[in-house]
Amino acid sequence: MNIAVCLKQVPDTSEVRINPKTNTLMREGIPSIINPYDVHALEEALTIRDRLGGRVTVLTMGPPQATDSLRKAISYGADHAILLTDRAFAGSDTLATSYILAGALGRLMDREPLDLIFCGKQAIDGDTAQVGPGIASRLGWPLLTYVTKIDGIDPTNQVFQVQRKIEVGREVVRCRLPALVTVVKEINEIRYAPLPDLIRAAHYPVEVWTNADLGLDASQLGLKGSPTWVNKISTPPMREKGEVLAGSDVAPAETARILADKLIPHIVVPNR
Amino acid sequence: MTVQEPTQQQLNQERWRDVPLEFEAIVVGAGPAGLAAAYTLAKGGVKTLLIERGDFPGSKNVMGGILYSYPTHQIIPDFWKEAPLERPIVEQRAWLLAEESVVSIGFKDPGFYEEPYNNFSVFRSRFDRWMANKVVEAGATLITETVVTDFLFDERADRRRVAGVVTNREQGEIRAQVVLICEGANSILTQRLGLQEDLSPGDLAVGVKEVIALPKGAIEDRFNVEKGQGATIELIGESTQGMFGMGWIYTNKDTLSIGVGVMINQLSRSGMNPNTVLEKMKQHPAVRPLLAGGETKEYLAKIIPEGGYHQVPKLYAHGVLICGDAAMLVNGVHREGSNLAMTSGKLAAETVIEAKKKGDFSSVTLKAYHDRLQDSFILKDLKKYENASALLQSNPHFFTLYPKLARYSARELFTVDNVPKKDKQKKIWHEVTSRRGIWNIAGDMYRLWRTLG
Amino acid sequence: MTAKKKKSPKAPPSAFTEKTVPPITDNPERSDTKAHEQIPLESIEAPKNLPAHGIWVYIEQLQGEVAPVSWELMGVGRQLADKLNCPLSGVLLGHDIQPLTELAFQYGADTLYAIDDPMLKPYTNECHSIALVQLCQAHHPEILLIGATTTGRDLSGSVATALRTGLTADCTQLDVDVDNRKLLQTRPAFGGNILATILCRDRWPQMATVRPRVFSKPEKQPERSGAVVWSDLGLDPSKTVMEVVERILDERTEGYLDEADIIVAGGRGLGSKDNFKLVEKLAQAIGGMIGASRPAVESGWAPYSHQVGQTGLTVRPKLYIAAGISGAIQHLVGMQNSDVIVAINKDPDAPIFRVATYGIVGDAATLLPAITQELGARMHGAPLGTERQL
Ligand SMILES: Cc1cc2nc3c(=O)[nH]c(=O)nc-3n(C[C@H](O)[C@H](O)[C@H](O)COP(=O)(O)OP(=O)(O)OC[C@H]3O[C@@H](n4cnc5c(N)ncnc54)[C@H](O)[C@@H]3O)c2cc1C
Ligand SMILES: Cc1cc2nc3c(=O)[nH]c(=O)nc-3n(C[C@H](O)[C@H](O)[C@H](O)COP(=O)(O)OP(=O)(O)OC[C@H]3O[C@@H](n4cnc5c(N)ncnc54)[C@H](O)[C@@H]3O)c2cc1C
Repeated sequence: MNIAVCLKQVPDTSEVRINPKTNTLMREGIPSIINPYDVHALEEALTIRDRLGGRVTVLTMGPPQATDSLRKAISYGADHAILLTDRAFAGSDTLATSYILAGALGRLMDREPLDLIFCGKQAIDGDTAQVGPGIASRLGWPLLTYVTKIDGIDPTNQVFQVQRKIEVGREVVRCRLPALVTVVKEINEIRYAPLPDLIRAAHYPVEVWTNADLGLDASQLGLKGSPTWVNKISTPPMREKGEVLAGSDVAPAETARILADKLIPHIVVPNR
Repeated sequence: MTVQEPTQQQLNQERWRDVPLEFEAIVVGAGPAGLAAAYTLAKGGVKTLLIERGDFPGSKNVMGGILYSYPTHQIIPDFWKEAPLERPIVEQRAWLLAEESVVSIGFKDPGFYEEPYNNFSVFRSRFDRWMANKVVEAGATLITETVVTDFLFDERADRRRVAGVVTNREQGEIRAQVVLICEGANSILTQRLGLQEDLSPGDLAVGVKEVIALPKGAIEDRFNVEKGQGATIELIGESTQGMFGMGWIYTNKDTLSIGVGVMINQLSRSGMNPNTVLEKMKQHPAVRPLLAGGETKEYLAKIIPEGGYHQVPKLYAHGVLICGDAAMLVNGVHREGSNLAMTSGKLAAETVIEAKKKGDFSSVTLKAYHDRLQDSFILKDLKKYENASALLQSNPHFFTLYPKLARYSARELFTVDNVPKKDKQKKIWHEVTSRRGIWNIAGDMYRLWRTLG
Repeated sequence: MTAKKKKSPKAPPSAFTEKTVPPITDNPERSDTKAHEQIPLESIEAPKNLPAHGIWVYIEQLQGEVAPVSWELMGVGRQLADKLNCPLSGVLLGHDIQPLTELAFQYGADTLYAIDDPMLKPYTNECHSIALVQLCQAHHPEILLIGATTTGRDLSGSVATALRTGLTADCTQLDVDVDNRKLLQTRPAFGGNILATILCRDRWPQMATVRPRVFSKPEKQPERSGAVVWSDLGLDPSKTVMEVVERILDERTEGYLDEADIIVAGGRGLGSKDNFKLVEKLAQAIGGMIGASRPAVESGWAPYSHQVGQTGLTVRPKLYIAAGISGAIQHLVGMQNSDVIVAINKDPDAPIFRVATYGIVGDAATLLPAITQELGARMHGAPLGTERQL
């Protein structure tokens, strides 16, 4: 089983601090991490490799600093890491990103066949959940999103079975290989790299691919290749100024009566 | 399917797993002290492992501060050409705050805007990260998200030698000839070695800081500096609600760093929380206009060790050296820290390089670190101010009465009201002596002069 | 270059570690089919120069039940269509879906594009994305709206890529620029602290997904009707690559929080699990459901399924009562679209008051019982909920 995992380096939004006074974002010094869902994708890939053999290759598209995330993936146990970096990639939206990643995966497959590609269900910085489906669509591979468990893999017959989350519960899906899977956090527990692996990973020579290596159509990359663009940034609208009802100097029962007067008309209404 | 020949890169890929896990030196903590030490060690050909518990160097130290040019230049020559810096500081002011007013003293020198500069405002999260890259380029190995929890010891009949560290990871032990503790304030490891007793609240200050965003132009106008230049203001008196401590404002590119540091014991006595102290300082009529319209982007609180000379622990033992804040090398009076940290890290590394030549990492050789510090400005300065903290702490009027008196005197002198200056001076003198008695004042001045002068 | 040459399908069942799963079917032909032979997506051209026209809403259905978000989209779709002066259409995919077709018109569609095929039941990404792509290529909608449910997100990413068009996820506001016919897709960014308005240039359809409960459901108009345009799927069932083996539905004893009309929510300010019971009592008295801030959930006062906010649910009830909740931005993004918000907080500067319709500064522990009593009594012991089947 050869598996590729697509990782994204993202700002750690759980460390994003909000200024309590102005409710604005404090962005200074926020660390970059591997998108948390992607870490679970990697973990699942490593577990499968440990069971069935093969290689795990991690890929990320990003600035040179994203090497940190790749080395971390190596310290967890990935076999090989590739950084996709090029000025021309900057500013890509999900359509262009999936084009680049699919192109890189295609190039990787010139070297070694792949049976599975793993992605996280979405990246926490954009929350779009579009890149995994996009890659699958580009490669013409079957897509299974929101996977919570891999029931089994049959490499001989090239089929596997997963459980995936749906709005009202979950479903069991059987699918042929090769396929692309996006995972949720429930799928597994993450391992913690042992010290020797961490130290060795610090010396891992990450393979770097630019567009010169991939030879992708420049008109489909970066800003040029991105149909969506941000037209305007605004702050969330304030609601109309509210009304302050009796404060703490009034008896609770009296406050409750005033409130009830206001609320009854709102809640006693016919079914919509 | 085309099968390609393995490239050189692929061959390297196969070999990286065989990297030997042997190090001559382990540096604990990638703050200014640890980075300076690891850089100097790596440049000196010592196989060095730098261990940081944060996500990246500087991540636990996200706020801005002042970086001193000279010691940094000594470690990385001409660092200003590529390091991420905010503004070179051309003017330093000291403000004596009373309730409504301020007495200001300043020193401005445009020469500070030329190489080799005097100091810079920086964001540690950026600067430390940049410097960590330099350390790695120089050949050291950096690992993050790893906490050193203990030491490995070699026990022999005659002595006990530090022989490596234990981390919080699986298979987490790693050996080296020498360990440099650069852990920062309140160093658990130093205490673990029995080199430092528990610190008391009187040895520690708490610093709180905010970063406030403002347009570049507004900063330059308000601080009266040229484009790209920076200024600092140190505030005493009302800024700390009369407690022992200091406030400060630094200009960054498009933000201001504003903060206060107050001794922990004084805070607990006053029952005040450090945020309140900072909030009040921000509302001071002299401070408020500097910040007007700015938006708070960051907030941070951190411990500053200000025990001074008397609290400096033993700085070496068999196989181990202590640098920076972990060694209490902070000049509370001038509120310098990163420069002492960097210089001490460099001196420790130089000591290790020599020890390596001798093949001896016992305390006999490592003692040279202490001597180097003694000869440097670090221990000289700390010694000079050895009693400052005690004096200032036991004499609250330095932070309460004197700023008020200064304000009163200045106001009298500067108010144009046709009163002859001589009469004014008399009036001032009368006011001052009636508030604290002439002998007391004389005594204060004498003691202050002895300790700081 | 991608799929490996497969062994004979008659090979003995092998290498399954946890569970032995037989091959999907025993059709021998399939083993030679590469996954990507099904639809040559790479060859699909973006409908660049074709005249795109009309607004489409994807009507998500599961076992004959339509996801409420589809009707919410029909409501906003109607407004956009009126502005652009173009038709509003629904897209309905599935099997035995005839009974659902009328609903589309009653909720505002002018036309309905539908494909009824056994292969579309149940939903699979494979068949549904092919179906939707085919319909788009045949009819060139100008705008395509999809609910941001798990299914909607699964589908939209595949379809947008296949059509080489832009897609904006989780929009909270939609509008159109009448002059250049652009869809103005506004969504929160950076944890809801800013709103970004995103446009899609020179590609059609302009695609957006919208989280449930962001827009309100339009009134049903029983008298409305329209034309259904039926199409064929035309796929060979023996060539599918995935198959739903089983579907396990969650047991829900109570309604969905994000469909409740009344929510009474409590936060850390309540101080204890016992005080949180006061919230439950009020909810019970007025036929609402309970909601909670993250700290309340983390303290074990309420289950996670009741957490409101960025990492919980987005709700849009008629009435949201927040007791002891400060109103952090991560909580606000989940409830600020409620029709009426009542905030009870002892801190007059708490940010929750900025979104409150009615604010009460005071102690929740004493106010909640008083309000429970008053509202309970005024509703004559007949909680609204029972009457209105919440
Ligand atoms: C609010 C404030 C403002 C200041 N302003 C200035 C200023 O303007 N100019 C100035 O010169 N000085 C200033 N100082 C002082 C200065 O920050 C310190 O003196 C300096 O950072 C000390 O450097 P250090 O390397 O010794 O320690 P630190 O900077 O504290 O670095 C220690 C590092 O070790 C890591 N670490 C700790 N324990 C472990 C462990 N067990 N295992 C692994 N890693 C560990 C930490 O994560 C950290 O990265 C200020 C201090 C404060 C609090
Ligand atoms: C990435 C991320 C995601 C998050 N997601 C969510 C989310 O989905 N949902 C969520 O809710 N939070 C979320 N949070 C947490 C959020 O930032 C806040 O911490 C949280 O909403 C605060 O909950 P609270 O209002 O209950 O508590 P607090 O902020 O502690 O507020 C308690 C309030 O109660 C008031 N109070 C105290 N005593 C009384 C009394 N006796 N009577 C009346 N009022 C009283 C206080 O004045 C205060 O305003 C998230 C945070 C992050 C970083």
